[in-house]
Amino acid sequence: MSDISTQVMSNSGTEETSTKGLMKVIMASSVGTLIEWYDFYIYGAMATTIAKQFFPQDNPTAAFLAALATFAAGFVVRPFGALVFGRIGDLIGRKYTFLLTLLLMGGSTFAIGLIPGYAKIGIWAPILILLLRFVQGLALGGEYGGAATYVAEHSPVKRRGYYTAYIQTTATLGFFLSLGVILTTRKVMGVEAFNDWGWRLPFIVSIFLIAISVYIRLRMAESPLFAKIKKEGKISANPLKESFAHKTNLKMVLLALFAAVMGQGVVWYTGQFYAQTFIERTLSIEFEQVRYLLCIAILAVTPFFLVFGAWSDKIGRKTIMMGGMLLAILTYRPIYKAMYHLADPKAKTEIAENSSVSKAVAVAATGDSTITTTTVKAFTDGSSSKVVKKETILADKSKPAPKAETTKTFWLSSFGFWMMTLFVFIQILYVTMVYGPIAAFLVELFPTRIRYTSMSLPYHIGNGIFGGLTPFIATRLVDASKTTENPGGDPYVGLWYPILIASVCFVLGMLFLPSKNDENVMD
Amino acid sequence: MNSLKRLSGFLWILLGVAVVYLMARQAGTEIAAATKANKAVLDTKMFWYIIIPIFTPIMLGLCLFGWYAWKGEYDQIARDSEHLV
Repeated sequence: MSDISTQVMSNSGTEETSTKGLMKVIMASSVGTLIEWYDFYIYGAMATTIAKQFFPQDNPTAAFLAALATFAAGFVVRPFGALVFGRIGDLIGRKYTFLLTLLLMGGSTFAIGLIPGYAKIGIWAPILILLLRFVQGLALGGEYGGAATYVAEHSPVKRRGYYTAYIQTTATLGFFLSLGVILTTRKVMGVEAFNDWGWRLPFIVSIFLIAISVYIRLRMAESPLFAKIKKEGKISANPLKESFAHKTNLKMVLLALFAAVMGQGVVWYTGQFYAQTFIERTLSIEFEQVRYLLCIAILAVTPFFLVFGAWSDKIGRKTIMMGGMLLAILTYRPIYKAMYHLADPKAKTEIAENSSVSKAVAVAATGDSTITTTTVKAFTDGSSSKVVKKETILADKSKPAPKAETTKTFWLSSFGFWMMTLFVFIQILYVTMVYGPIAAFLVELFPTRIRYTSMSLPYHIGNGIFGGLTPFIATRLVDASKTTENPGGDPYVGLWYPILIASVCFVLGMLFLPSKNDENVMD
Repeated sequence: MNSLKRLSGFLWILLGVAVVYLMARQAGTEIAAATKANKAVLDTKMFWYIIIPIFTPIMLGLCLFGWYAWKGEYDQIARDSEHLV
């Protein structure tokens, strides 16, 4: 079995071979990290389906919020994972730590695919889901810092931003992979079977992906810098104490969190996740159209992680990260208004002859009847909408009538689809600006002996908490703005959360962050 | 620039305290309103029971950051990670 890191070290005599060896290190690290992100995000990508399977259905908003809360739970424990596994990584090494996180992540994702629904085991279903989300969050908290540190510690000084940007692409590509697997499964088995049990397959598939990744990672050797300080007996005896009890280092942890990662986190999760929530829930765009447009936007924008990572080696990390944050702050509201306009039936002209209203009545054995009214509308720009209203009339008139259920679906026109894709692309482009250089930025901020612990904590508070809670908080803000006069609420009010957080971070970053990169990570 | 950094430290301390206060006040108002109307009580409580314990320690961190800035600890950012520990 050949050893990837040893190749890098021993072949460092020539630029060409060391670059080749380095690419092997990057690929070996990235595949595992990508699969961990896949595992983490399939839950988010199927939040609506999961809400129906594992949570009480009396109130769909409550079910959706509960599912989002469970999704958020995965994010909230990430800083604890960063502490636990960061410490292990600084004590025993990078390689075995992120092998362990990979196994934990794969095992818990596989188990989610096997849990019976709420209808079968009642309250145990959401409890088990919550516990497994905790394990996923802990594992992810330990993974990213290890992978970024591992790659950075192999990279040449002037190309650190570029090479670590490969690790940065994994989060977006992991999300892409999760969407791709979901779409393919749904297409192959049909919508009904997918909603019934097929949604479990993307979770179960994870076990095979993890097996491949474990095989690749077993071939990796320890990071050369960590191996060097271990040989010299310079390993930290207590990384947690050194990272957070020493003022000089704690200051840098706080700086990293409030002046960089906090804003980066909200920009990332707004572009990639709140955009999806907004398109799917507020605009009611059809399931497959949403996933197709997200996949296209993600695939088109991914190379920009490398572009901005490489650029940050030349002009500095700060300029690019702060530039991305400022663009997001200034343009989020116009972008979301334009997105809303694309799917607003009130702004369109209806073609009366292609529109229809149909009614169907079904009577159950109990005597209760369900009236289903389907209203289909076609518009001159090629878009269309369908509203299905289900009203139940109880045979027993003394009981209160249940609330009518309304489901709206909107199909974008071809032009609307591509414009919507462009708006998502722009938002993820901001993500590439703020996220592409951040691994190199964090690695350069801390010394080798406590790097894993020190960089992981601010990263996971910024991304896991400030970022990860973005869809949860923004959806809650929109719900809170609903009134009797305006039952739909203010669709843009949720954006104030990322805008305000990114604004504070931008001011802090401009004031406090150094403009030049620290070239020395060999300490 | 350094005096601006120091002065802004006071602003970050104030911001941290204000966010904790506003969260607590908003939670009280919303939970009371939901209980009175007997509508979405669990949802409202769940939201605030998640948000307050998570963001309060982070805001204390922001206050600490502000305190360090106020004391001039960020006047010279370490240019090399060797100078950190």
